[in-house]
Amino acid sequence: MLGKKQKPVEVPGQEKPESELHAVWESLRVNKTAIFGMVIIIILVAVALVTFLADAAGIQILPYDPNETDMTASFVKPCAEHWFGTDELGRDIFSRILDGTKISLFVGFAVVIFSLFFGIILGAVAGYKGGVVDTVIMRIMDIMLSIPGILFAITLMAALGKGLDKAIVAIGIVAIPEYARIVRGSVLSAKESDYTQAARVIGNRDLRIIFKHILPNIISPIIVRATLGISGAILDTAALGFLGLGVQPPVAEWGDMLGRAKGYIFAAPYTLVFPGLAITLVVLAFNLFGDGLSDALDPKSRKR
Amino acid sequence: MGEVMFDIRHLSKYFVVDKGTFGRDKKILKAVDDVSFQIEKGETFGLVGESGCGKTTIGKMLVNLYEPTDGQIFFQGEELTGLTPAQRRQYCKDIQLIFQDPYASLNPRVTIGDIISEPIRINKLLPEDQIEERVNYLLNRVGLANHQRNRYPHEFSGGQRQRVGIARALAVEPKMIVCDEPVSALDVSIQAQVLNLLDELQEEFGLTYLFIAHGLNVVKHISDRVGVMYLGKLVEIAPKKELYENPLHPYTQALLSAAPAVGTRKRERIILEGDVPSPINPEPGCRFCSRCFKRGTGCEAYETKLKEVLPGHFVACKEYA
Repeated sequence: MLGKKQKPVEVPGQEKPESELHAVWESLRVNKTAIFGMVIIIILVAVALVTFLADAAGIQILPYDPNETDMTASFVKPCAEHWFGTDELGRDIFSRILDGTKISLFVGFAVVIFSLFFGIILGAVAGYKGGVVDTVIMRIMDIMLSIPGILFAITLMAALGKGLDKAIVAIGIVAIPEYARIVRGSVLSAKESDYTQAARVIGNRDLRIIFKHILPNIISPIIVRATLGISGAILDTAALGFLGLGVQPPVAEWGDMLGRAKGYIFAAPYTLVFPGLAITLVVLAFNLFGDGLSDALDPKSRKR
Repeated sequence: MGEVMFDIRHLSKYFVVDKGTFGRDKKILKAVDDVSFQIEKGETFGLVGESGCGKTTIGKMLVNLYEPTDGQIFFQGEELTGLTPAQRRQYCKDIQLIFQDPYASLNPRVTIGDIISEPIRINKLLPEDQIEERVNYLLNRVGLANHQRNRYPHEFSGGQRQRVGIARALAVEPKMIVCDEPVSALDVSIQAQVLNLLDELQEEFGLTYLFIAHGLNVVKHISDRVGVMYLGKLVEIAPKKELYENPLHPYTQALLSAAPAVGTRKRERIILEGDVPSPINPEPGCRFCSRCFKRGTGCEAYETKLKEVLPGHFVACKEYA
């Protein structure tokens, strides 16, 4: 019988052909800017984790208590004791920036998870169902996209109230349409693929087709967008903080620090410069990493 | 005539290409237009026609990938059209599909073991502890090795992938398999292997095939009866031998004359003029008349209908009306 004569392609136990994850890493590894971004992200995550754990355990690991005021030492210029100087209340800016890392990163991830969750559901339903459902969902998304993001977030904050949790929800809602669009577009093309049709022929339900067969195949563009979305979310939180709508004092948050320092821009520029640099650094890191990831996940632009 | 597996009555599928403005200038693509035929239990019904003639659309309507615009499909006497999605899913385990392109039809992120076991799990055909054994059996049956079950589709060649596709279709123990040009994407050397495999499986499991192909060569090898389609219409149905020896419809005659033949008497090559007309908003009357070399008076106006002119031999042409 012809079928049984066929030789297996490989001897069992031999090394498996390289997996996709491996190929992505190989491509990412040679991309210096992406690695630079990744290293910064790892450092920032480490800083955030260490300060968080130390805080929870009640150990002071930062040079100074970030919230301790010392009116006798306000506006100290950067020096050996206070690397980045002190603010108007005499708080150590270096300690506050390190302490603020965890909030910025937490907000970045929380916002992306929030908007991804709703974006994937809305985009997948719109793309898969099509017709009226698609039109209704996507027109609402278009309307949301037509409102300037930060204005929309401020409006939502006005309705929800102040606070970090509300800021996350507000920024998250603003970001939903971007994810919904990307997911919908990818679902539209994956829906027509033969393997999706095959999944229907064997009797799959719609939900299982979406989650088992479509989403795993369109995850790359979503991951890239989410990585870039983290930096956007951090930036938006900083903007809300700058406007006094984010965290409540005395918690250290980079945007809030910027907002308080704006009155002293000429007298004590360092109060403004260092939080600004911190924001720039984290946004840059996520953007560089996201760009690299986008290249690495695209088989066509992957360097061989 | 044996037991009827599929009874297809006046089946149509229209696609709206352009809605037009307020219903004017509406463009409708008539992919399948009022097609009726029957598939008997245990036979292989070959469906032939050139690209875009609607043969794949018919296949996809039978496996519930397309909703018919009009007409009825009966499967073993039960109507499949007009069922709710949940009711229709009950028939998934009876009617399966083998896809044309083995590179596109397997989910690249699922191992072939899972691809083959998924239909069994979804339809709850076997308890969990028996699934592995069944998957191994299916893999062996289509000529793959057990240890390959944890590999991903990209690790296989086209012919091997098509075997995985066949195993997936077999997993639910279907009664009927729609083969949508299952070998046209494969190397010629592999085509024969896959066709032989399909032949063996048919005998072993008592399967009924609807075998879709764009040329008469492959169909000749495997079919019992053949239907020829042109632009959304069935123009001729006949037992294989009868069709190849005594083609009645001018389009079939032209198709046969184009097929390379070895060792048989040389037929005169019929060359059709012009291109296939657009299936969008087709003119009434015979679809083929613009290219027909036997066109007579009144052909443009003649609404073609399949008519049994010899026992089991149906043709839709004014000449035999």
